[in-house]
Amino acid sequence: MSHLPSRRGLLFGTAAVSAGALLTGCTSNEKSDDGQPAADDRPAADDRPGKQVTIGFAGPQADHGWLNAINENAKSRAEKYQDVTLEITEGSNDTAQQIGQIETLINKKVDVLVVLPADGKALTQVGLKAMRAGIPVVNLDRIFNTPQAYRCWIGGDNYGMGLNAGHYIGEKLKDKPDARVIELAGLDNLELTKQRTQGFDDALKNYPNIRKVARQAAEFTVESGQAKMAQLLQAQSEFDALWNHDDDQGVGALRAIEQAGRDDFLMVGGAGALSAFQAIKQDDGVLKATVLYPPTMAASAIDLARALGQGKGVGGLAEFEIPASLTLYSAVVDKTNVDQYMPTGFE
Amino acid sequence: MTQPVSPPRGATDKAPPAGPRPAWSTVVFRADVRTLSLLGVLAALVVIGGITKPDEFLDTRNLQLVLTQASVIGVVTVGMTFVITSGGIDLSVGAIVALASVWATTVATQEYGFGGILFTAVLVGVGCGLVNGLLIAYGGMVPFIATLAMLASARGLALQITDGKTQIVTVDGILDLGERDAYVFGVPPLVLVFAAVTVIGWLVLNRTTFGRRTVAVGGNAEAARLAGIDVRRQRLYLYLLSGLCCGIAAFLLIILSGSGQNTNGNLYELDAIAAAIIGGTLLSGGRGTITGSVLGVLIFTTITNIFALNNLQSDVQQIAKGAIIVAAVLVQRRTASTT
Repeated sequence: MSHLPSRRGLLFGTAAVSAGALLTGCTSNEKSDDGQPAADDRPAADDRPGKQVTIGFAGPQADHGWLNAINENAKSRAEKYQDVTLEITEGSNDTAQQIGQIETLINKKVDVLVVLPADGKALTQVGLKAMRAGIPVVNLDRIFNTPQAYRCWIGGDNYGMGLNAGHYIGEKLKDKPDARVIELAGLDNLELTKQRTQGFDDALKNYPNIRKVARQAAEFTVESGQAKMAQLLQAQSEFDALWNHDDDQGVGALRAIEQAGRDDFLMVGGAGALSAFQAIKQDDGVLKATVLYPPTMAASAIDLARALGQGKGVGGLAEFEIPASLTLYSAVVDKTNVDQYMPTGFE
Repeated sequence: MTQPVSPPRGATDKAPPAGPRPAWSTVVFRADVRTLSLLGVLAALVVIGGITKPDEFLDTRNLQLVLTQASVIGVVTVGMTFVITSGGIDLSVGAIVALASVWATTVATQEYGFGGILFTAVLVGVGCGLVNGLLIAYGGMVPFIATLAMLASARGLALQITDGKTQIVTVDGILDLGERDAYVFGVPPLVLVFAAVTVIGWLVLNRTTFGRRTVAVGGNAEAARLAGIDVRRQRLYLYLLSGLCCGIAAFLLIILSGSGQNTNGNLYELDAIAAAIIGGTLLSGGRGTITGSVLGVLIFTTITNIFALNNLQSDVQQIAKGAIIVAAVLVQRRTASTT
């Protein structure tokens, strides 16, 4: 507890600076001596320049629209802060190579590490190594094996995606007797695919009139989405709703639906691609909604890393420290709120 | 046009060797025993599909679907058959399809419409084939290594061009070709292209000097050289041909999926090689059969179709696919005694 006073000092100092800045309407760091912290003043990170922080960012190869959006979100957010220097490594799906890149960042003595591992389990050791070297790790999305390997985890909610997609479809079909739904899943050898399916199945249990009649796994690519969806459409001559795990493969799935000339069901996508948002807005096809898995989590990870580096908490939360884990919400985007989300859509 | 060059091994459609003329039926039987066994496998699959899902499987739309899905990989496999027949290998086909499809769907190319996209796809395919051919024929590189290098760099370039994004095609003329009203007497245009490539491939391999030279180079390159064949130039042409097929396949894939993505053509190299080998083309070269390769592709596509219709999950699909490859090859070795 001996460190508390000094932190408090920092706390009050920051609060004072903030208050001063508010009063004078500028970012001057001249000392304010009113000494009266407002009730909601916390050591929260904000946009004002603070201590210089070097953040190391290591992500996988951006061979998919969502992953590319992750990189762009991280870069643009880091550029926003004058006090942040981003050391970014070349993306790689090769475990050994990614470990090497993270070790390089450790050797460069970056202040904080943000890691989106291609394979969370395989990269746990290097996460531990960074933590032992005194570099806090923000683990982005694909989770390490042990909480010892990261200071903070931030990521999407795969189970929640399935759950929300299932509830959306359930509400749309709740008055229809013997409703049939099908699922176009993502890569089956990823754990996240199973979580998405589990959430979907659990949600559907609330609607006894709905039955899932088919599930096929595609590979997160346009080509596989087209091929698997064409087969599903042939296999199921009649169904009421489709949940597709990924908007990228959804481009292919929508193409297959168009080629088969089918429009007798509603479709819900996943992730939040720009093309999906546009289709939802136009509302002239089967795609009525998509469940988010926001790539903005990378920008949030930079925020958290900066707060960590500057020893601050998060604005709006009554904590001195940033949380140990943050799970994003998988909001359902449909025609009613698509305009709000349009700017976050990725290509 | 068919001047005899060094006698290629196993070229069954050639005149029988001198001496006691074998019964004509034997020649036909020998030629067709492989094809017949493949047709048997395909027929067995059709029976399985028909029993398990009679309404969905034995449906005109499903036939159209199976053939459409076989078209892209089918065209690639025809090119691959030539390369393997000559004793080579092309590991870069999937990457070339990816590169050709993303290059052809960049905004710049889409401005030139249908022709621009087609021209770019084919040009990129041929260009990659040319590089492969030059490295192998004149650079003295082993085909495995040269095309592996092309695999890596073409995929990398495709990723660089797209920046990981999906390039959606907005040119109407192209998308229309994938729609049902573009079908010619119930046959999708993609399938027509596949059929044309197959027929041309069969004629070139079996009825032209080029085909005989290909077989000769694969059977014994040194003998072929002594017989007066420019082996290097022949090899260059073969990789060019494979690249051309990849370019055509990329264009078909653009029609089919309505987009270009760097992940296109994933693992095509393995599917094409497997189909050619199942079809009866010798991996060591010297014998190749377009009919067999196309039947191999159709067997694969039909299996996938039956799996999907019966809603089997991907783990089961993969296990069963492996088992069926082994079974098909074993059946073939039993029925076809010739090497």
